[in-house]
Amino acid sequence: MVIIINSQKLAKFLGYKAVRLFILLVAVAAVSFIMVEISPINPVKSYAAEMGASAQQIAALSAYWQVDVPLGEKVVSWLADLLQLNLGISLIYRIPVVNVIIQKFTASLVLMITSWIISGVVGFGLGIIAGGTRGSWIDKAIKTYCYILQCAPSFWIGLIIMLIFSVYLGWFPVGLAVPVGTMASDVTFWDWLIRLILPAFTLSIVGIASIALYTRDRLVNILNSDYFIFARARGENHWSIIIRHGIRNVLLPAITLQFMSFSELFGGAVLVEQIFSYPGIGQATVAAGLRSDVPLLLGIVLISTIFVFCGNTIADILYKYVDPRMKGDENE
Amino acid sequence: MENDLLTVQNVSISFTQYVQGLQQHILKVISDLSLSVKEGEVVAILGSSGSGKSLLAHAILGILPENGQCDGTISFKGEVLTQEKKEELRGEHICLIPQSVNFLDPLMKVREQAIGDVKDEEKEKALKHQKEIFEKYGLAEEVGDMYPFELSGGMARKVLLSTALLSDPELVVADEPTPGLDQASVNETINDIKRLAQEGKGVLLITHEIDVALKTADRIAIFYSGYVIEINKAENFNDVNKLLHPYTKSLIEALPRNGFKLTSGVQPLEEVDGCPYFENCPIRSDICQNNKPDLIDHNGIMIRCHNFDKEVN
Repeated sequence: MVIIINSQKLAKFLGYKAVRLFILLVAVAAVSFIMVEISPINPVKSYAAEMGASAQQIAALSAYWQVDVPLGEKVVSWLADLLQLNLGISLIYRIPVVNVIIQKFTASLVLMITSWIISGVVGFGLGIIAGGTRGSWIDKAIKTYCYILQCAPSFWIGLIIMLIFSVYLGWFPVGLAVPVGTMASDVTFWDWLIRLILPAFTLSIVGIASIALYTRDRLVNILNSDYFIFARARGENHWSIIIRHGIRNVLLPAITLQFMSFSELFGGAVLVEQIFSYPGIGQATVAAGLRSDVPLLLGIVLISTIFVFCGNTIADILYKYVDPRMKGDENE
Repeated sequence: MENDLLTVQNVSISFTQYVQGLQQHILKVISDLSLSVKEGEVVAILGSSGSGKSLLAHAILGILPENGQCDGTISFKGEVLTQEKKEELRGEHICLIPQSVNFLDPLMKVREQAIGDVKDEEKEKALKHQKEIFEKYGLAEEVGDMYPFELSGGMARKVLLSTALLSDPELVVADEPTPGLDQASVNETINDIKRLAQEGKGVLLITHEIDVALKTADRIAIFYSGYVIEINKAENFNDVNKLLHPYTKSLIEALPRNGFKLTSGVQPLEEVDGCPYFENCPIRSDICQNNKPDLIDHNGIMIRCHNFDKEVN
């Protein structure tokens, strides 16, 4: 497949997308801020409750955080700070939210990208095999596997995997990204990698189902298509047609779907990180929610918005610019 | 006959369908079809669109859908074709010219599709051959670099034709090669098909266009409600009196140049006990209602009618 991308058109498209992202972020930031504001969460209480502050100290804190300022003013100042990339200080970690997010998100990104690639490749492969052997026991086995995974909750699968591999077999540590009681400088790459395997594995096998079922369905449609019939009539054999024509026609929509699944990936990571105590963005989200760390929570909302938006934009680009059939529109 | 390239004997094609849960229903699309194609001969199967003619092409090539059942025998050069034999012959000795550009992979360049799946070391040779054939059928070299959606109607037809002919087959099955084409392209197609016959290939032309059949074919088989009711020489279609079946006669008389004489009635959709044309037949008799006529040879013309040689009542 030849990829011909008109750079001028693409720049225009990306510019348009950037404006959309900006508007979306402002809206998400404002709405989520207002929702937190009208919720019973009170930053002063959650902060002071932990240390038993006096009434005087609480009043000082209230003044410091400007609790009594009207909502409209608060939203405006929050958005103004945001424009300067100032997301405030995390209540839990006592460092700027931006730093927390960078640190946690990097850890999560490794986990998410690994499982995203594994689930994509394995899911696509299984889908092609199932579609190609449609109706056989192989197809049925793959379909059954996918249906089970599709309806099993990912935290439950995570627990099962942990039970089998960490508890019974003892092949992997039960949790955490690095060994307990080791200096950060002493943690080896291997220590970190071995703790990544189970969460990534869990997240992968959960992601396989949808991509495999989708690929299978598309391939079965192609097997019934006119061009498949003609390829058979020309004497090409079944698997040769699947490799030459099937994969070619399924690949692009499948990759697109995989990019669209960024939101599910993020949601899955939250649960899986919690189970395996993997210190990523998912765990930070849960901690921020449970301990009323409003600045961190809002920061994570924004970063996840950007993350999902990027996935969808890449899917859009693939559809619009890589398919040769769209080339005609581009030349206009 | 010894010089028959393709012989189709008593072929019936049916489909198993599920209606209302697990209840199965067998849908018969082609019944008791017999015909033959000789070397250098064009035989047309003429029938209304959507009547299932294409399935005969699919049966000959062994590409019927899985729920399709094909009974009867199909032989190529006197050898009965099994599914394995069909797979061996198709693309090499028997080729299909499909209906439309939809039969090409939308994401693959035309050239790659035409040469098919070849080994790397043979690729250069295949590409050279493809270039020659494309040139022979009036396609510019750059057409090979195009995707199917970039082809015009006439170009697509030539691409389909030359793709089918790359392997120099002995038998060509052309399935509706002229739908939606302008007159010039239709004439070109007719000439291309005639040229194939002159080169000694046998051609089975499946079409619903009477004119194309009349201009191209040596013999024409009339397809009615799943049955072949008459196989006659193309030149006999110029004279209604040389046609035997009442349906064929009314079909030819309905042509504008022959007086536009229309008869009413439709083809039966369900399997009937007697002659499929019974309902609409002007010369029917009692025997026609419950006895199916066989396709018989009458001085070289194949006819499926109890009363063709009797006087019209």
